[in-house]
Amino acid sequence: MFSKILIANRGEIACRVIKTAKTMGIKTVAVYSDADRDALHVEMADEAVHIGEPAAAKSYLVIDKIIEACKQTGAEAVHPGYGFLSERAEFCERLKQEGIVFIGPNPKAIEVMGDKITSKRFAAEADVSTVPGYMGLIESPEDAKRIASEVGYPVMIKASAGGGGKGMRIAWNDEEAMDGFERAKSEAISSFGDDRIFIEKFIENPRHIEIQVLGDKHGNAVYLGERECSIQRRNQKVIEEAPSPLLDEETRRKMGEQAVALAKAVDYDSAGTVEFVAGQDKSFFFLEMNTRLQVEHPVTELITGVDLVEQMIRVAAGEELSLKQEEVKLNGWSVESRIYAEDPYRNFLPSIGRLTRYRPPAEGDHGTYVVRNDTGVVEGSEISMFYDPMIAKLVTYAPTRAEAIEGMSTALDEFQVDGIQHNVPFLASLMKHPRWRSGQLATGFIADEYPDGFEPATPDAGARNVLASVALSMHLIERERLDHLPGRLRPHHGGVRREWGVLINGEKLDAELIEGMAATPLDIDVCVEGGARERVASSWVPGDMLWKGHVGDRAVSAQVRSVENGYQLDWQGYSVVAKVMTPRNAELAALMPEKVAPDTSNLLLCPMPGLVVSLHVEEGQEVKAGEQLAIVEAMKMENVLRAERDCVVSAIKAAPGDSLAVDAVIMEFE
Amino acid sequence: MKEVLAELEKRRDEARLGGGQRRIDAQHKRGKLTARERIEILLDEGSFEEFDMFKQHRCTEFGMEETHFPGDGVVAGWGTINGRTVYLFSKDFTVFGGSLSETHAEKIMKIQDMALQNRAPIIGIFDAGGARIQEGVAALGGYGEVFWRNIQASGVIPQISVIMGPCAGGDVYSPAMTDFIFMVRDTSYMFVTGPDVVKTVTNETVTAEELGGASIHTTKSSIADGAFDNDVEALLQIRRLVDYLPMNNQAPLPELSVYDDPSRLDESLNTLVPDNPNKPYDMRELILKTVDEQDFFEIQESFAGNIITGFGRVEGRTVGIVANQPMVLAGVLDSDASRKAARFVRFCDCFNIPLVTFVDVPGFLPGTAQEYGGLIKHGAKLLFAYGEATVPKITVITRKAYGGAYDVMSSKHIRGDMNYAWPSAEIAVMGAKGAVEILYRNELGDSEKIAERTKDYEDRFANPFVAAERGYIDEVIMPQSTRMRISRALAMLRTKNQQMPWRKHDNIPL
Repeated sequence: MFSKILIANRGEIACRVIKTAKTMGIKTVAVYSDADRDALHVEMADEAVHIGEPAAAKSYLVIDKIIEACKQTGAEAVHPGYGFLSERAEFCERLKQEGIVFIGPNPKAIEVMGDKITSKRFAAEADVSTVPGYMGLIESPEDAKRIASEVGYPVMIKASAGGGGKGMRIAWNDEEAMDGFERAKSEAISSFGDDRIFIEKFIENPRHIEIQVLGDKHGNAVYLGERECSIQRRNQKVIEEAPSPLLDEETRRKMGEQAVALAKAVDYDSAGTVEFVAGQDKSFFFLEMNTRLQVEHPVTELITGVDLVEQMIRVAAGEELSLKQEEVKLNGWSVESRIYAEDPYRNFLPSIGRLTRYRPPAEGDHGTYVVRNDTGVVEGSEISMFYDPMIAKLVTYAPTRAEAIEGMSTALDEFQVDGIQHNVPFLASLMKHPRWRSGQLATGFIADEYPDGFEPATPDAGARNVLASVALSMHLIERERLDHLPGRLRPHHGGVRREWGVLINGEKLDAELIEGMAATPLDIDVCVEGGARERVASSWVPGDMLWKGHVGDRAVSAQVRSVENGYQLDWQGYSVVAKVMTPRNAELAALMPEKVAPDTSNLLLCPMPGLVVSLHVEEGQEVKAGEQLAIVEAMKMENVLRAERDCVVSAIKAAPGDSLAVDAVIMEFE
Repeated sequence: MKEVLAELEKRRDEARLGGGQRRIDAQHKRGKLTARERIEILLDEGSFEEFDMFKQHRCTEFGMEETHFPGDGVVAGWGTINGRTVYLFSKDFTVFGGSLSETHAEKIMKIQDMALQNRAPIIGIFDAGGARIQEGVAALGGYGEVFWRNIQASGVIPQISVIMGPCAGGDVYSPAMTDFIFMVRDTSYMFVTGPDVVKTVTNETVTAEELGGASIHTTKSSIADGAFDNDVEALLQIRRLVDYLPMNNQAPLPELSVYDDPSRLDESLNTLVPDNPNKPYDMRELILKTVDEQDFFEIQESFAGNIITGFGRVEGRTVGIVANQPMVLAGVLDSDASRKAARFVRFCDCFNIPLVTFVDVPGFLPGTAQEYGGLIKHGAKLLFAYGEATVPKITVITRKAYGGAYDVMSSKHIRGDMNYAWPSAEIAVMGAKGAVEILYRNELGDSEKIAERTKDYEDRFANPFVAAERGYIDEVIMPQSTRMRISRALAMLRTKNQQMPWRKHDNIPL
């Protein structure tokens, strides 16, 4: 076994690998760029080596620097994590030349599987079911058009070297095929330095199901069940689970056996994932094989009890797989939510900044479910524009799918993040979605169910009453404390007001304290809007940002932030401002006019912090709706800003190269 | 007897209607509450006791003898905010537009006299048209009497003004002499002369909102200390402010029971200051993580953002916080920031509120605009205010403390009681680049040499230890322990007793 390994990665996956290495008694070396000087993975590792500037191309992607770091520290092996150098055959070769072990598959497997065209050929040869499509390379938009119509629309246009949704386009007609080809090609060059493109049949209403495989250098390979990753937003996975609610034992076995056959065909000798696209009828077709540890591997670990990183390290050290296929048992259900630094209310644009607050739910056993949180950040970490916006993977595990989802719902309610915008409210809302709960999934789920993007839902009467009860309970406690301010005219008479008005987003509800005192811990009976009398119990004290307790039979974990004369409450994807007042004050508050937000319709505002790449119009120019106005780059992604209506540009307020904040004015219209 | 009682109730009901239902409805239509509704929100339920409810004007000019309203355009009395006494008057716009007559002024004066004698805060709610023209000089006399009482009470009891409608002419000077002015957005404005006079005299066309709306007075003129969206929000926030304040200049600080551990460590503060010295960070985060329960009442939030002022609590007791804000103009001290902080520091000193100062200041802002604008004297105000303050003063230098600005920001030399520095602090005459350009002027052509010199200077001076070696810094502390250090120091300084030499009063450079 190795005595020291280097992790050529950052963020949560570097931390994840270090954890396992530690339990195996292996020393760890982290590498870091300027932007990651204070990062968690650097702190967790036994040693850390600085490898350059923040841009990945100048640090995490520079093979020489990783090798140099290995030599400097005497690391015998390298775990590449995912992304970065994890699927570069060249990297494996170079390490081999230097006598350093790559903790991953052999370079040939990477090379073969890394190419979508060759991988299909291998899959076909190994009798793995594949999607109809064109295997050759496509030269021009015209070719793309011809091939696409031969395969039959809809088609998927993909970068050969692609992954994670980049360089991927769906076309429903000739025009889209030509356009998609061009765009996929240019993205492929900028993202992977490889502009090869291919086209295949696009399966309608498909599901994404993948098989985890594990091979060794002795010709053994097993499969560890499947993961379903159908909940995706623009081909980026958001929620994953294992097992899949679609599969039956029979299909699972068929898929697993095909995956193993493919792994064996390329002498696969590490952890890898064979991705399938599945129809609702349980038909499945090979998509690609990822020759690395997947982001979503924890769900497999939880239901199989196998530490995949440990297996990768053991296999890389030459050990024979101790796990036999018949020993692989799937127990319980696991769900993973990816916590992204993305603003769900602004079309998921990346959000950067300092995590002024970061309090994930406690890991471990919560009674009906278990929480695991793979993260690479701590409170005070900086989310920079240089890397992937994923900040954590929150995973729950329980005996059944329903319990795992319920656990996830609570865990998300308790996940506190401030300083950046994040998708927790969206995930919390997803967890409640009846279609998700029923397991009727497809990769178009988010696009189907949230066609106009995500907005916090208006709470229904039940939810509203819960929120009102929570707000009232906090107000009573704070009230009670003020009743003991020193210097009061006379000792407080001890009477507690019973009737209150609770404004939830301005809407007034009548609330009544029926029984109990506003003490901590709180245990009172309340009634909201003439509804049923409900017990409200909580250990909340002023200053707590998490209200944990019960409203009636319901266990509630709501996040609390102070706002002027009230609380912002976040719970189950709802986000409301609650203000508790005497009924008379609430009545007077109703007389106050509503404030109208300033009109910004004649402005083009920067939707996210980013860099102005180019401006496509001039002052005085007439533009048509949909016309390209400017390109802003953030998180390596170029975002095209288009005119929302026909208008005339009256003034331009930014120039290419400008670094803009959210809502900075780029241009004004007449 | 019964009829007499009924008569009293009838008269009271009449008085409570002010200028009548029609005018009350008009007031509501403008998005404003009436004088009495405002009092209901501001005070504890049922605690208001009204004085001079039946008082009427004595004017007989211009047909005034024909119109009388009980109360004469102002509602005055006392009540409690969370059980603590406050005196207040609230102008009634429904009666003669809230205009000030001799008798109206007398009502205010009575309240002012009681507040001062009985040493409890006074709150004025303004929504009025100015002097009652019909009364002429009698109204002017009334104003003068009110102003004089404001001056007498200054520094003895907290005086708070809330502008909830027009406030013009003579009406503006009473608020101007109080400790805090708050406004309501879109429905309040304040100016000495209104748009019509402005037009006549200077030919400027300007709206009331542009001339003296809440946005002007909170961002440009700094007349107002804060603005709120509507009457209800404003009044509830005034209640919150009063909870922070002692009753008078000899009363103890209000003390709230707290649930926030005073020795709570916050590891995230260890990464608050970025590695790059030119990168800003949000000082507000440090403030919120230092005070109890992240509860901070900011004063003048929208003005001179390069310095932050406001009230928080530590171990349940009020503290005044002053902090340079690197996010705005790198936290530099300019005339506006100096004036803003100086006034806040003096308020705290008046009422025995300890001062906690967070320092990250690159110096004073250079330039003709600043110098012509009197930066020397404005800067001196802050220096003076800190130097004369005898309350406990605790200073934490997080990063830069350069030049004269270092001295100003509650340094040891002007009697800061406890001066802490984070390891990232740089206490120096100026930044390395500037210093090297002066010290090695003859090497300026050689960029390599200059870079080396800069590095040397940084190594030698860009740290807290040079100052610590001299005792200018009492202790270099871990950022994570800031709250614990401050709460311990405040506890230690509770019995501080510093006497100033006798004088009539000092002569702060106004």
